[in-house]
Amino acid sequence: MQALLDPVFLARLQFAFTVSFHIIFPAFTIGLASYLAVLEALWLWTKREIYIQVFRYWIKIFAVTFGMGVVSGLVMSYQFGTNWSVFSDKAGPVIGPLMGYEVLSAFFLEAGFLGVMLFGMNRVGKGLHFFATAMVAFGTFLSAFWILAVNSWMQTPAGYAIAPNGQFIPEDWFAVIFNPSFPYRLVHMVLAAYLTTAFVVGAVGAWHLLRDKTNAGARVMFSMAMWMAAIVAPIQIFAGDLHGLNTLKHQPAKIAAMEGHYEESIKGAPLYLFGLPDNEAGETKYAIGIPKLGSLILTHDWDGELKGLKAFPREDWPPTPVVFWSFRIMVGLGSLMALVGLVSLVMRFGGRIYSSRLLHRAALVMGPSGFIAVLAGWVTTEVGRQPYTIYGLLRTADSVSPIGLPGVATSLIAFIIVYFIVFGAGVFYLLRLMGKTPGAIAHPEPETPMRAAGLMPGPAQQLEKGEAP
Amino acid sequence: MTLDLPLIWAGLIAFAVLAYVVLDGFDLGIGILFPLFKQERERDVLMNSVAPVWDGNETWLVLGGGGLLAAFPLAYATILPALYAPLTVMLLGLIFRGVAFEFRWRTVRWKRVWDWSFTLGSLMATFMQGIALGGLIQGIKVADRAYAGGWWDWLTPFSILTGIALVVGYSLLGACWLVIKTEGEIQNRCYDLGRKLSVGLVLLIGLVSLWTPFLGEQFLQRWFTWPNILLTAPMPLLVLLAAGSLWRGLHDYSRPKQPFLSALALFVLSYIGLGISFWPLMVPPSLTFYDAAAPDVSLGFLLVGAVILLPIILAYTAYSYYVFRGKVDPDAHYH
Ligand code: HDD
Ligand code: HEM
Ligand code: HEM
Repeated sequence: MQALLDPVFLARLQFAFTVSFHIIFPAFTIGLASYLAVLEALWLWTKREIYIQVFRYWIKIFAVTFGMGVVSGLVMSYQFGTNWSVFSDKAGPVIGPLMGYEVLSAFFLEAGFLGVMLFGMNRVGKGLHFFATAMVAFGTFLSAFWILAVNSWMQTPAGYAIAPNGQFIPEDWFAVIFNPSFPYRLVHMVLAAYLTTAFVVGAVGAWHLLRDKTNAGARVMFSMAMWMAAIVAPIQIFAGDLHGLNTLKHQPAKIAAMEGHYEESIKGAPLYLFGLPDNEAGETKYAIGIPKLGSLILTHDWDGELKGLKAFPREDWPPTPVVFWSFRIMVGLGSLMALVGLVSLVMRFGGRIYSSRLLHRAALVMGPSGFIAVLAGWVTTEVGRQPYTIYGLLRTADSVSPIGLPGVATSLIAFIIVYFIVFGAGVFYLLRLMGKTPGAIAHPEPETPMRAAGLMPGPAQQLEKGEAP
Repeated sequence: MTLDLPLIWAGLIAFAVLAYVVLDGFDLGIGILFPLFKQERERDVLMNSVAPVWDGNETWLVLGGGGLLAAFPLAYATILPALYAPLTVMLLGLIFRGVAFEFRWRTVRWKRVWDWSFTLGSLMATFMQGIALGGLIQGIKVADRAYAGGWWDWLTPFSILTGIALVVGYSLLGACWLVIKTEGEIQNRCYDLGRKLSVGLVLLIGLVSLWTPFLGEQFLQRWFTWPNILLTAPMPLLVLLAAGSLWRGLHDYSRPKQPFLSALALFVLSYIGLGISFWPLMVPPSLTFYDAAAPDVSLGFLLVGAVILLPIILAYTAYSYYVFRGKVDPDAHYH
């Protein structure tokens, strides 16, 4: 309870809350934008009507999600100044230009072509429309590129000097952008976005296949999504492993927290599957683990030596239980995703991919797994970086704005209330859109009251009218 | 020759903020005028007149904020905490109006709710932007590279006045935009609204302009001492000229673009006036833009990107407006 009266803690909570909501939307739109571009390309290539039908189905969902991503992102770009002003003043010369590049190269590109993508099919022709879709997809990727460069620099700072006034001064931009953890983080995050999208698309496909396994749209969705899961989930596990090895090199205390190791030095460290890490007691209680596996994964040697938290100053320990558990959630979900991918391959080659109810149920349950894994991954990363905002250099407690407790508390409550109402409604509309049966042309749907009430088609709604020129 | 990078960046940020004000200005204005149009069909037209472009318009705000962090981190780190409350409310307002563009088409029962979310969100965001502007003009206390004022410093009669002025100003831009994009009954009402709003705006501009010089010694010196007065005296005249052109445009129905362009001119002139007062301050009364600037390595690096990318951005933004040119025609299933 004491923590709730600490303005630094509340500022952290507010940042964590707003950024966690934000990341949910990009994690989906980065993948979905690419999926839409692929669908449109397939349509232009094969001229098969089904692809544009599936495209029209998902573009409405994309529009709603994107809108929420934009407004929640806008909040983020002001949070640095309102709540982390000391951090902004000091790190601004390094991270500011990177975020500036994000706005110039990514946000404008997305926003500029979004209008044409959503509303322009009849006005610009197929080729240009596809170009707009591709630009939106490319913009979402660039956005991830720059913001992850920023975040990675905060994790593994490089290419800077410190000026007498306390500011970080960039010395080598290449080293700043391609800092040691950036390539791993970028690959891991973009794959995460693709997996998140694959499992949402797969779950929607599965839901409609469970009701009608002949539905052509649902088949296309499900098949494409399962290919994605089968191919990308194993790659993601591999990329995650590399990411972890990189973290071991640059942030060994974070790895110690993720693994729940306290002993100053252990040879042949176990891999804990369960346990309750306790910073007070300095040990992981009730630990159940596989002997030596931890060392094998992290050092590629059964008897490799690892450092535990006690090898680091006490005041540099992150909140271990959070890091320990969020990491396990992510890895567990990643393994389940790979399993679903594998089962789908077996079913596919056994000719049962559209009829296996077991697979469809599994895919349905796994629908939200990408979002959960993404959030868990970010919590691992960010909480594991504590107590620093710029790792090893600037402490979180020294980053915060001089805003009193009442101010931070009020704004936090306001954000919580507004986000739950607004984004709650948004998720409800998304689920409703996903509940509609795909392939409205093959199975004509009765005119919905919604459309009868609105005299004009809503954003993206006209795309379902089959107006392909 | 070395470039004066802080000066160039001050110009670029000023441009981004101005671009934001005029672009998002008209779509926030449409949000504010929304409840005056009661019929479903009218509301659809209003919303669709900005739906394809609002996101691009709002991105200028991100550039203003992000650019400030990049180029003038100290300004970012002092202005934002000083304006904590109004900016937070502005962000919440922008959330409510942003999601309404999609949400209102997704429901029948809650459509009214999202219509109100559109209006109140736009109104809140605008009013808070005006308050933030007033709060900045009246000065921000800075000590030791940090905001040193209190929680409520931003709230004064002056900042409330600038808040109201911006609400009226954006509404006028919205009405003038609709004059271009609509026909018949809606257009007529917008002409009428435009006339009322333009009277209000000109009065408010006058009031704010007369008040500003008394908020700081520097402002007073700037406007009323010789030889500065040679530069400043034409400003009120130009404002009157623009106001005259606006008034004529709102009566001459054959030139639907004139009101919007004249209203833009009013905004640009007020903005230049502000620039005259501020120069070379960025955070009055104590920080100039040289004090707040990031080191040249940062400014130079981002400038390369800005020089290459801004023309491209302007080109495809213009293209997008071109694609959606002309009147909003509800029957042709516009979009
Ligand atoms: C679909 C999402 C997803 C899935 C299935 C996985 N991850 Fe992950 N992980 C992320 C999504 C993610 C993320 C959200 O993208 C993070 C947060 C920050 C980052 O760079 O990536 C992340 C961070 C992250 C980190 C933290 C790195 C750091 O803080 O420096 C490690 C070590 C791993 N991951 C390792 C794995 C392993 C071994 C996985 C194997 C199953 C795995 N991840 C699956
Ligand atoms: C989008 C996915 C992200 C999620 C879910 C996330 C999550 C979090 C969480 C949970 C915290 C709180 C940690 C704690 O206080 O114990 C945090 C803090 C923070 N994160 Fe992130 N983060 C994300 C991305 C980013 C990015 C891209 C940046 C930088 C550009 C960033 C910068 C920060 C900062 C400045 C703080 C506040 C200081 C701190 O508490 O460390 N985060 N984030
Ligand atoms: C603290 C960190 C972050 C900040 C300040 C931030 C800022 C923003 C802003 C301002 C927007 C709206 C852009 C517009 O107006 O069009 C946005 C949207 C977006 N952001 Fe973030 N963002 C952050 C974290 C992230 C992360 C971690 C990712 C992905 C890895 C990401 C990816 C995106 C994408 C793809 C969009 C496009 C809109 C959408 O997909 O919904 N952002 N962000």
